[in-house]
Amino acid sequence: MMNLTRLAQSLSKGLVRAAAALALGFAAARAADFTPAIIYDMGGKFDRSFNQSAYEGAEKFKKDTGLAYREFEITNAAQREQAMVQLARRGAQIILSTGFTQASAVEKAAKQFPNLKFVIIDAVVDLPNVQSINFREQESSFLCGMAAAMISKTGKVGFVGGMDIPLIRKFALGYAEGAKYVNPKAEVFQNMTGTTPAAWNDPTKGAELAKSQFGRGADVVFHAAGATGLGVMQAAKDAGKLSIGCDSNQNYLHPGSVLTSAVKRVDVAVYEAFTAAKNGTWKPGQLMLGLKENGVDFSLDEHNRKLITPGMEAKLKQAKADIISGKLKVSEYRAQ
Amino acid sequence: MSATATKLPRWAELALLPAVNLLAALLLSGVVVKILGESPWAACRLLLGGAFGSQDGLGYTLYYATNFMFTGLAVAVAYHAGLFNIGGEGQAYVGGLGVGLVGLWLGHLPFLVVMPLAILAGAAFGAAWAFIPAWLQARRGSHIVITTIMFNFIAAALMTYLLVNVLIKPGQQSPETREFGPGAAMPAAHELLARIGITFAPSPLNFAFFLALAAAALVWVLVWRTRWGYALRVAGQNQAAAVYAGISPPRIIVQAMLLSGALAGCFGLNELLGSQHRILVDFPGGAGFVGIAVALMGRNHPAGIFLAAVLFGALAQGGSQLSFDMPKINRDTVVVIQGLVILFCGALENVFRGPLAALFRRKEAA
Repeated sequence: MMNLTRLAQSLSKGLVRAAAALALGFAAARAADFTPAIIYDMGGKFDRSFNQSAYEGAEKFKKDTGLAYREFEITNAAQREQAMVQLARRGAQIILSTGFTQASAVEKAAKQFPNLKFVIIDAVVDLPNVQSINFREQESSFLCGMAAAMISKTGKVGFVGGMDIPLIRKFALGYAEGAKYVNPKAEVFQNMTGTTPAAWNDPTKGAELAKSQFGRGADVVFHAAGATGLGVMQAAKDAGKLSIGCDSNQNYLHPGSVLTSAVKRVDVAVYEAFTAAKNGTWKPGQLMLGLKENGVDFSLDEHNRKLITPGMEAKLKQAKADIISGKLKVSEYRAQ
Repeated sequence: MSATATKLPRWAELALLPAVNLLAALLLSGVVVKILGESPWAACRLLLGGAFGSQDGLGYTLYYATNFMFTGLAVAVAYHAGLFNIGGEGQAYVGGLGVGLVGLWLGHLPFLVVMPLAILAGAAFGAAWAFIPAWLQARRGSHIVITTIMFNFIAAALMTYLLVNVLIKPGQQSPETREFGPGAAMPAAHELLARIGITFAPSPLNFAFFLALAAAALVWVLVWRTRWGYALRVAGQNQAAAVYAGISPPRIIVQAMLLSGALAGCFGLNELLGSQHRILVDFPGGAGFVGIAVALMGRNHPAGIFLAAVLFGALAQGGSQLSFDMPKINRDTVVVIQGLVILFCGALENVFRGPLAALFRRKEAA
């Protein structure tokens, strides 16, 4: 009898231990199951600009952690909400949406799934489970405007935007202010490519707009136009003029012809949101990334080293420090 | 309605031939999927399962189909008058402005008051947008294909201007209006079904689906059962004969385009009142162009348009499911599959007609 009870005791102890081990194992497996998800907007994953930058951030997360992520590319408005609901149902713990057009869908989905984490880039959704990440694009645009005005011989600089929306006007305003800060008499030509989303992907028209600005005397042109900008930069190279890249660092595209790029670190934002969610340090609320937070910047590398003279660089660095300290104010375009 | 032996029996014409065409398109799509390294069989199951296999999948399919029915009917009506209306996209866009303005200004009123007004406004705005190209065609001979394409761009410019500068909800990035009032929401299908005790998964499918069916019935009656419809078809097939019969082609052109624009303008009832509840940039999202394919595939007949619209709705919904579950199949591959279906059912529809007809002749001879 004694033996039997002891056996039973040891057995039950063993069972408890086994159960505990199993439970631990499950917990570990669940941590490994962490699945972030990303929803690209209409521009598509490979736009060499905004969405692609987000993609690179997600890829870096995958490389560093070995964790796969789910993704979806939107093709029509109704899919935004549908994609979020489906990702939520399939166990994504954090859903990141790129682009302001997804704001209303994020709002609906975040209310429907209050226990999931949502991130929206370039818009604000004020809910307890949403993190809104925005950038002060006007600050990097300001520095690019300065660089353009400093190197321009004609005192005329150009801007080619994609679709005529508040976000792009924000770039244009910062750029013009920067140019005028260096040279109050500077003339800034502004053109928007179009009024449909096709304006983000029309390099031919981008090139034509750049050429017309060169024809009017501009010798530097800045684009904030997604894939349309590739045409702008090509036109600048063909005409022997200078261009300024946008969102990603595009200096490498035409070395010697790209003055600099207004970099927007969407990749860093995506990477950090995923990492924070994985480590349990993710917080909802608004995150505003500017020069100070290294969210935006102008790019300086071996491809444009020869174009930016030490004098220019010093002035740009000074302006950057002044913007960070608040001494220099850049106005922000506000929709009405 | 007896089938003549010269061509195909009627049932084969209406059911077998499209089915064979569809099958050929799916087979070729299967080859594409195979090349991409996924299983064609699994892809097919995902596509069909995604479109029809679940309640919400079916809801999305019919929701997209509603959009395509409005734009498809618009193309068909113009087609019967001998006009190729490529402007469905712009007419739907501007029609949506009419629908949306009713939603914004009168959304506090009860739905039964808002709905007729929204229908009238959408139809009126869409018709107005079609009127100028129609008038130019009727009086000046400016080709309607060219002018309606141009009017798509003008519509986009106008709407972007209004949404960025005038109608935008203040203090936000996205060019879209504030949300409509509560009275301007089309009852969702799952809510309507819940009232009669049937539970249905939530989807954007809404009452506008029935409005689209009603529009299809209306088009059938108008085109095939009225004196006006007869004049429309005569003018469309032979203008000289129409003039000889005392029909004024310019008048018919303008009337047909007004009706066409009005049908496209009702698009906003489904997309805006049914789903988005606000006006946003580029909400037609190409549905106006899909309507052309839907009308051609549906032989410009309301019943055919319904079936073609459901097919394209299924491709849209099943396709998104496919790219969702198979990472190697991205949205561009889905467009390729949709393109193959259009190619086989539209452009190459006569490829299998000859062999099929020969088959039937041999069977009859035996």
